[in-house]
Amino acid sequence: MSNRGGKRENAGRPRGQGKYGEPTVTVRIPQSQGVTVKSFLDAYQRKRTESDLETVNMDDIFTPVINEQPIRLPLFSTKVAAGFPSPADDYVEKRLDISEFMIDHAASTFFVTIKGESMIDVGLLPGDKVVVDRSKTPSIGDIVLAVVDREFTIKILDQGANKMPRLMPANSSGVYRPIYICPDTQFEIFGVVIGSFRRFK
Amino acid sequence: MDTNNRSIALIDVNNFYVSCERVFNPQLEDRPVVVLSNNDGCAVARSNEVKALGVKMGQPWFQLKDLARKHGIIAYSSNYTLYADMSNRVMSILAMFSPNQEIYSIDECFLDLTGFRTRNLTLYGQLIRQRIKQWTGLPVCVGIGATKTLSKLANHLAKKQPQFNGVCDLSSMTSFQQEEWFERIEIGELWGIGRKLAPKLNAMNIFTVSDLKQASIPSMRSRFSVVMEKMIRELNGTPCIELEEVSPAKKEIVSSRSFGIKVTDLASLEEAVSLYTRHAAEKLRRQNSYAGAITVFINTSRFNKPEENYANAFRVSLSPQTASTIVLTKAAIWGLRKIYRRRYQYQKAGVMLSGLVDAQTRQTDLFGLSPISKKTEVMSVIDTINVRIGRGTIRLASEGITKNWLMRRSNKSQNYTTDWEELICVTK
Repeated sequence: MSNRGGKRENAGRPRGQGKYGEPTVTVRIPQSQGVTVKSFLDAYQRKRTESDLETVNMDDIFTPVINEQPIRLPLFSTKVAAGFPSPADDYVEKRLDISEFMIDHAASTFFVTIKGESMIDVGLLPGDKVVVDRSKTPSIGDIVLAVVDREFTIKILDQGANKMPRLMPANSSGVYRPIYICPDTQFEIFGVVIGSFRRFK
Repeated sequence: MDTNNRSIALIDVNNFYVSCERVFNPQLEDRPVVVLSNNDGCAVARSNEVKALGVKMGQPWFQLKDLARKHGIIAYSSNYTLYADMSNRVMSILAMFSPNQEIYSIDECFLDLTGFRTRNLTLYGQLIRQRIKQWTGLPVCVGIGATKTLSKLANHLAKKQPQFNGVCDLSSMTSFQQEEWFERIEIGELWGIGRKLAPKLNAMNIFTVSDLKQASIPSMRSRFSVVMEKMIRELNGTPCIELEEVSPAKKEIVSSRSFGIKVTDLASLEEAVSLYTRHAAEKLRRQNSYAGAITVFINTSRFNKPEENYANAFRVSLSPQTASTIVLTKAAIWGLRKIYRRRYQYQKAGVMLSGLVDAQTRQTDLFGLSPISKKTEVMSVIDTINVRIGRGTIRLASEGITKNWLMRRSNKSQNYTTDWEELICVTK
């Protein structure tokens, strides 16, 4: 009998030496279920290693968990060794996150609900939420959340003829008057309004 | 100048709880404000105006009511949700100023600034102070020294002595200047010297920080402990207490509260104990530990007459160690029934989990229970749901529904930063 070609006895990794510690088989599964199956297998593997401590590397056991933060995995990037890999896999980036769009510095950002109508001409309607960032340095023309004589107000920061700040409403009905800041006014800018959002349903 | 080569900063927020309330309510500026403990019992934070009226830390609110009426003191119930959120903001901003940070408490943190000494550290401290104030609205003080003990001391000076403008760097002073300050600080103000230790030291003619700094280390060590030796060495500029950047897993977990009303019946106590057990078990699972025992305790008010007083505790061993709310609750209620006595008015109940081990060192049952049991999986599913939908969405029925005994928090501010329905509203 020829000993060329075909299967060679004892070639390759011995059966049962892989990461699951037992023989494995190849299976076709629906692509949509890839993530589920993969996480099931990970859990299965963890369960095996935890129930069989002797096979675990001692370094793994005593590594302290530092700074446990949620890990965001790109969606659809997990491949299962079956079927044809998605041609788009290399182009996956991340899911869009509205917070990322609206917020620059989470530590200095506060949300505020608009109740009045003084700013409707710049699109701030009653019920809207605005994003206030305290880390921004306010400039003339910015919409700001200010504290005037111990009360919150949202207005456009402007400068009067006397170089003193003044706070301008944005409502063409003329019901709201500008607020002029005098030297004896208690005045502080809480933060700069950098955005707003609302839901319709 | 210091010969030592480290620079540690201690940053803390002035009157933290009161300052948090002021950020969101400008009406409180310049007015006397206190924040009361759970059940509106004692003053746990005081504005400077209240301190000036002589109100002491921990003073019971009922003693203060007359003073409050006279001076218009505004009292808030504690809003720990708000304070925790503001604390996280402060700590994350401080982390920008050094790679080595130890969060010491809700309003204090150590930073290792050794690598920044090419700069003027006093100016760096002012930058930190200015940044926290602008980004969060909270006032902080910064103390800098060669050791943690010295940085605490520097922080004390930064807070009490206006000429420092909120930032005190001891290591920039000559040893003569340092000595002048140390002679003026009473020993009781030093970090680690409690109310009990100060009189003992006074009896040995140690009245000021300077006296302790010059004390003989061997004799102080034999008289007190190695902790005292470390304190003296730290005062002399030798670091003995390391920065703990990763907080070690807790050895014990306690969850207890005072009740809003006096509780006499077993059913209400069982509800309360179930709730506290759930809170403790959630904490336990968050640090991936298992408990070897649960202790349940109940007591009446310590202001009662002696014949109306009762306090007891019962410890239940758990084998195998567990992290299951169901098992822990069963054990806690079993223990509670052993110590419950009728006719007493209970003021407080609680549970303590002890004998904590992590998943790897957990002993398996002699009869071969698998380390990952169904219960573990059920618990992790419940935790996930509760994190996603809200704390307490899934809980055991033994907690009850009405919870008449819940804490009294009559004047709590809104959750301005964590609840969409409770944001600041601007009408103008």
